[in-house]
Amino acid sequence: MSLTNETIKERLKAKFGDEVSNFEEPYGLLTFEAPKDLNLKIMQFLFDDEELRFQFLTDLCAVHYPGQAGRELAVVYHLHNLTDNIRLRFKVFTAIAQPDVFTATQLYSSANWMERETFDFYGVNFVGHPNLKRILNVDEMTYFPMRKEFPLEDQTRIDKDDAMFGRGPGGVKAGVDGQGHGPVTGQAGPLNTADQGGATSQEMRAGKGSDEL
Amino acid sequence: MSVDQHIKLPEGSIEKTTTTLNLGPTHPATHGVFQNILELDGERIVSAEQTVGYIHRAFEKLAERRPLYQITTLTDRLNYCSSPINNMGWHITCEKLLGVKTPKRVDYLRVIIMELSRISDHLICNSVVGVDSGAFTGFLYVMQYRELIYEIYEEVCGSRLTTNMGRIGGFERNFTNAAFEKLEKFLAEYPGVLREFENMFTRNRIFMERTIGAGPISAERALNYGFTGPNLRAAGVDYDVRVHTPYSSYEDFQFEIPVGSTGDCYDRFLVRNGEMWQSLKIIEDAYRKVKEFKGTDADVFHADAPAYYLPEKKDVYTKMEALIWHFKIVMGETEIPPGEVYQSVEGGNGEVGYYLISDGGRTPYRLHFRRPCFIYYQAYSELTKGSMLSDAIITMSSLNLIAGEMDA
Repeated sequence: MSLTNETIKERLKAKFGDEVSNFEEPYGLLTFEAPKDLNLKIMQFLFDDEELRFQFLTDLCAVHYPGQAGRELAVVYHLHNLTDNIRLRFKVFTAIAQPDVFTATQLYSSANWMERETFDFYGVNFVGHPNLKRILNVDEMTYFPMRKEFPLEDQTRIDKDDAMFGRGPGGVKAGVDGQGHGPVTGQAGPLNTADQGGATSQEMRAGKGSDEL
Repeated sequence: MSVDQHIKLPEGSIEKTTTTLNLGPTHPATHGVFQNILELDGERIVSAEQTVGYIHRAFEKLAERRPLYQITTLTDRLNYCSSPINNMGWHITCEKLLGVKTPKRVDYLRVIIMELSRISDHLICNSVVGVDSGAFTGFLYVMQYRELIYEIYEEVCGSRLTTNMGRIGGFERNFTNAAFEKLEKFLAEYPGVLREFENMFTRNRIFMERTIGAGPISAERALNYGFTGPNLRAAGVDYDVRVHTPYSSYEDFQFEIPVGSTGDCYDRFLVRNGEMWQSLKIIEDAYRKVKEFKGTDADVFHADAPAYYLPEKKDVYTKMEALIWHFKIVMGETEIPPGEVYQSVEGGNGEVGYYLISDGGRTPYRLHFRRPCFIYYQAYSELTKGSMLSDAIITMSSLNLIAGEMDA
């Protein structure tokens, strides 16, 4: 248990100088940032070094920060030294326009699917990955759904097609007609409404007419 | 959608010397919805390709607009054989971010529930290994005791499979006497059952022939593949989150970590059995510790965290402040402090990790689940290469692959 966050930090500083930056320790877990070209070199160093021995890749995932121009995507690695039982986390940032990051599959076999998952959801292109294709989503998907530009549906939205929920003009009329089916969604909205509106008014007229008689 | 992507017909089938077999996604032997495309030379496996994602439910995306409590229900559905471990792992993650300190009694109660879940998880896995090697009896026999565990869950939280158990800071209510009575019944009866179960398999000639040497992996490869939990320990690495990064006061308990050596199905079976004995011991210790609390200490079942712990109903009806907290918690209107936290717990299959980033809003900015199943399933083609088809089936069940955990 001789290895401490301080030692790791010093070793990294000595090896990579100012390239590794933003050292933090949120909740005791050493976290730092590195340029994306160096991710593999840093992992190789952490893996091979006789003192550091970060030979277990716990987790790999991405985070999308749409507000940070030029560094929108972060790839986050959680490494674990099982001998000294110490963890660290490091991040590389990449532009979303060209999200190329070197693959870690040569070092860790476990990175294979984790990188595929990250590619699947964030579109990070892991250069050198043996089989970079979608894993959880369907192959035909053309976008990367975990990116922030795909928000989940707002629970309070009001622009829903009320006719589909038995509310509003279309739905009510369908009920009044008694024809047993809702409005045909394939048709253009105004035409649909006009059509049914016509039918209802005819019925109403017919009813009124009988009253008058 | 192109025609050729789901079932790949072998090119020039007549000249081809190998057979393609689609095992899954709904094959009875996969025990879950995932697919293996096996290339067979006779009965030998030349290569295996896994397809996952059939029950992908976008939990990580959903979590980005859900308040903390609504995410608990998502964690249920990861490894549904031991959902209380996932629930509590999630609550422990939240507590770490929010800085909530749980009382010892809560920790011990959590330990009891988590170890019960571990037993139910391992019990199903091991008995299913039995089923896949032709011994159905064990599976039916131990089901009674999984049922008893589920009854204990029911006493504690009201539900059985997808438990949604506990709250941030503790439990929704104190354990009832009925829960403790059932726990005592379990502690009294289960050792005998487990012993009988072991007698049935451990030195059973047929079972040994079927499992020894099936789907082996070396410690080095297992680590490289990111194995954790019983599957890693069967390969001889004594890594256990409960010991290495204790949570929920696991440091107060003495227990052994059973390890194997060859990482084959037989070792995985033995390690899981060994862990069930250890879990029993932990539960007994924890129960003894729980009984040591007297007076008002014996009524403690949650931490004092008014902003995150639902107030009692009678207070909600009579006190203004409680009503406000109740409203804010139920409507998810409590802001989460900004921060970045990784917390892991020892789940039924290994290290279940929660990587939570909060930007100060009401929902997580990003939540990533480390799902042990997903990570170690990729080793399957290496584990089964060159083995018989029947070994591939038994390897699949002894890895304890849970589709819910794989696909998130």
